[in-house]
Amino acid sequence: MSNSSQEKWYSKFFDAALPIFATLAALIVGAIMLLLLKVNPIEAYAAMWEGAFGSQNALAETLVKATPLLLVGLGICISFRGDVINIGGEGQMIVGAILGTLVGITLVDWPGWAVIPVALLTGFLGGAIWGGIPGFLKAYFRVNEILSTVMMNAIAVQLMNFLLRGPMIDPSQAELASKIPQTARLAEAFRLPRWIPTRLHLGALIAVVLAVLVYILLWRTTWGYRIRAVGQNPDASRYAGVKVKNYVVLALVLSGAFAGLAGVMQVYGVNYRMITDGSASGFTGSAGFNGIVAALFGQLHPIGTIPASILFGALLVGANKMQRVVQVPSALITALNGLVVVFVVSSEIWRRRRQRKRLAAAAIEGEGTPPDDPPEIDISIQSEVNS
Amino acid sequence: MISDLLSMTVLVGILASGIRLATPYLFAAIGETFGQRSGVLNLGVDGQMLLGAFTAFYVAITTGNLWLGILSAMVVGALMGLAMAFVTINLHAEQGISGIGFYLFGLGLSDLLFQKLLGTVETVKGFSKVYIPVLSDLPVIGDIFFRQNILVYIAFALVPIAWFVLNKTTLGLKIRAVGENPEAADSLGVSVARIRYFTIILGGTLSGVAGASLSIALLNVFQQNMTSGLGFIAVALVYFGAWRPWGVLGGALLFSLVNSLQLWVQVLGIPIPSDIAVMMPYVLTILVLVATVSRVRAPSALTKPFERED
Repeated sequence: MSNSSQEKWYSKFFDAALPIFATLAALIVGAIMLLLLKVNPIEAYAAMWEGAFGSQNALAETLVKATPLLLVGLGICISFRGDVINIGGEGQMIVGAILGTLVGITLVDWPGWAVIPVALLTGFLGGAIWGGIPGFLKAYFRVNEILSTVMMNAIAVQLMNFLLRGPMIDPSQAELASKIPQTARLAEAFRLPRWIPTRLHLGALIAVVLAVLVYILLWRTTWGYRIRAVGQNPDASRYAGVKVKNYVVLALVLSGAFAGLAGVMQVYGVNYRMITDGSASGFTGSAGFNGIVAALFGQLHPIGTIPASILFGALLVGANKMQRVVQVPSALITALNGLVVVFVVSSEIWRRRRQRKRLAAAAIEGEGTPPDDPPEIDISIQSEVNS
Repeated sequence: MISDLLSMTVLVGILASGIRLATPYLFAAIGETFGQRSGVLNLGVDGQMLLGAFTAFYVAITTGNLWLGILSAMVVGALMGLAMAFVTINLHAEQGISGIGFYLFGLGLSDLLFQKLLGTVETVKGFSKVYIPVLSDLPVIGDIFFRQNILVYIAFALVPIAWFVLNKTTLGLKIRAVGENPEAADSLGVSVARIRYFTIILGGTLSGVAGASLSIALLNVFQQNMTSGLGFIAVALVYFGAWRPWGVLGGALLFSLVNSLQLWVQVLGIPIPSDIAVMMPYVLTILVLVATVSRVRAPSALTKPFERED
């Protein structure tokens, strides 16, 4: 017995360390790329570190960048645990921000204490709707959610461009010949409180609180339990009387809602207006994609996603400094993020192998796996919900 | 102004550019069809296209040789495919997510290389039009179909070729068997891994050409994220076309014709918001997926890793 628990401790440590190995591998590939660009990788990475953590302001900027990653990542934890692949974070952020911004630029006579919560809630709902549509289509029409969420992203971008160039445009831009697609600025009373003199806003704290709530949702409530059960074995869940379709929709609704909240917080906490360059990332900063990276890195655990988001926030902020100091475009970080994703999902094979060994060992000893064992994340997209 | 749209020259223009714009969709989606028929979903097409687009552009502008550009784009796409194949086949990585990883990698790397090696947006003299003798002189039809650049002809020729390979050859039979029932295929002595390596590398190669067709044949520039999600549409087109090359062709034409119509609407100054027009193909794709998905079945082993029982 003592032997097996020792092995478990070792195994758990190894599992937790896998993403770190994956990141190190990505950084090594990054170093090789830097060498090929004739840049000293140590100098480049030092600049990144300095840019991300070197001062109070740098640290605050890192947390500002980490906030949308964490919020999107929390949604990803929910959906991926439910075996639903939500690639639609970008679109859900956009729609959440559009609706939330509408609140702030129409209810101008309302007091700030009323507008901010209403706006955040509206953003949350907007994301929920944008995620709910693919959820509904998956549950009832078996439309692959990867495809539908990607389509919904594209639709959201066009919707944003249409609204920000037309009906929602900043009145001061409307008369200009070359219009910047942006809305009017929010009244000062509507802005989330900041930790002066930095741009760190209340949203960061809200996101951390929500991470704890998502943890409770997933592991301490029936809804959460069922979302995970459906994700792991839809057939067994159906047999046990769970309405699988409802939980597929719920997973995407919640996932979208958190992305929507991330979007509206960018408006109320950072920019004080919705602004874009015509592309999705022009508004989101690709947080809808990078949030997936953060959640995977956090092993789809809401609490683990907190440090993961800070890490990737740091990479993004540090990349700007690196660009200034050693003239390496910050696009390098996008490439490295991609590698981290590839390495993290590839390293899953070792975790699965050891898990299988553990299960086999447990079967021989005549005992099941302990209930607190992390569930196996085997995300097969084509789970036939309707079959 | 709406009546302008109905004049003969404008209609011919819309159709001709619609045919031309179908090129990148066709290359990428036909390649993806092979992968998915063998049971592998490659979601990294957009990244492969971006790297292909940059490589082709860079080689073309530095050497002046367009075909060398195409060839390099093919090599780069094939290498990306090789990496994807290793990760999905040998490491059993979740395909939807590793594909996103490869997408981000291609997006970042193509942008990085562009900024480091070129820096500014330049134009290249891309493939010029090839007039097919006799046919290009036909009224209307000649203008629409037979005065295009060489890549357009190749892209359309790929459709019957892909259909033939998939349905009429032993290789095609093996590909389909591996996608439907890898265990049975394996027991008959077909190497599941080898077939999947082949289809994913082929898909990557064609994605590379798809990117090249944008940067050195259609637009003749390279810009960061110039595909703006076209590769994701290509993946959707495979579902849209029910995993059949002719169906994929239908979907590609739908997208390219709506895009072309939308461009002409802007050129003619017709007051329809272009953002809404651009949105339409995506809405339509979702509707078509809703309508078709319940009737057609995906390859049974799609996205499922195969592990040999020892």
